[in-house]
Amino acid sequence: MSNIRALIVDDSSVMRKIVERCLRQAGVELATVYEASNGAEGLAVVGSNQVDLILSDINMPVMDGLEFVKNLQAAANAKGIPIVMITTEGGEAQVTQAISLGAKGYIRKPFTPDQVKQHVVPLLRVDR
Amino acid sequence: MNTEVTTTTVPGSAPGQPSEEWHSALYEAAAQVFEMMVGEPVSRQPEGSPEGLNDTTAMVGLAGSLCGVLSIRCSTAAAVSIASKMLGEPEHSAACVDQQLDALGEICNMVAGNFKARVDGLREKCMLSVPTVITGQDYTLHSLSTDSGIEVAMLFQNLPVILRLEVHG
Repeated sequence: MSNIRALIVDDSSVMRKIVERCLRQAGVELATVYEASNGAEGLAVVGSNQVDLILSDINMPVMDGLEFVKNLQAAANAKGIPIVMITTEGGEAQVTQAISLGAKGYIRKPFTPDQVKQHVVPLLRVDR
Repeated sequence: MNTEVTTTTVPGSAPGQPSEEWHSALYEAAAQVFEMMVGEPVSRQPEGSPEGLNDTTAMVGLAGSLCGVLSIRCSTAAAVSIASKMLGEPEHSAACVDQQLDALGEICNMVAGNFKARVDGLREKCMLSVPTVITGQDYTLHSLSTDSGIEVAMLFQNLPVILRLEVHG
């Protein structure tokens, strides 16, 4: 879990900072943290950078998180990157949709640092 | 610490309409969001809407089986303090002043999501808009076609924070 290049996609800059802090508290050693405020910006980051982990909100302007994950599947350099959705929208239908589109985990807001650790750390051990 | 809740009229109990249980659900949703994401508890405030609260109002729209607007309003001092706690930065830092609106909008968003998760049938059938935040000293928020609503008054670090859920027919 060292030298992780993480992409955090959320339209709230405050929330992006909280997610980054939770990752560090979980023991994830972050080499680089890319930030994007919507799915379109997230796709641009993935298109031009190596990323090891993506955490994305769902409810965002311009391109929401589900559309973002869907588009990621078509991006050649996004294959195998674990994606975890972090959102206030916690319906089972959305969870199912996110997983079917390729997300590996789902965290509902509000969340604790332990919940981030619980969902993210196993993915980094398995997928890298 | 006060345990009273400030309430407004809660007419009817038809589907999609506020019930007394919604008061508790709204307060509990907010209390959990503040506890987990801000790192500070809130307490309920005694009856009576405090003056001078209109500095900052964040709103999130709800659509689906429940249509309406959830708003949270507070003073600039409270908004900056919330941002400070969320960011882990001193209140006088530029980051807190710059991001107070973002922080309050996200709090409103999370309270709305947490509230609908606590009410039967709302989690799956009610969608949230992205937050909107307005600022100023002299404005009144009007929601068109409002049929009913509930209000919960809280204290965050001794500063009033008011939640209001307006429900459309």
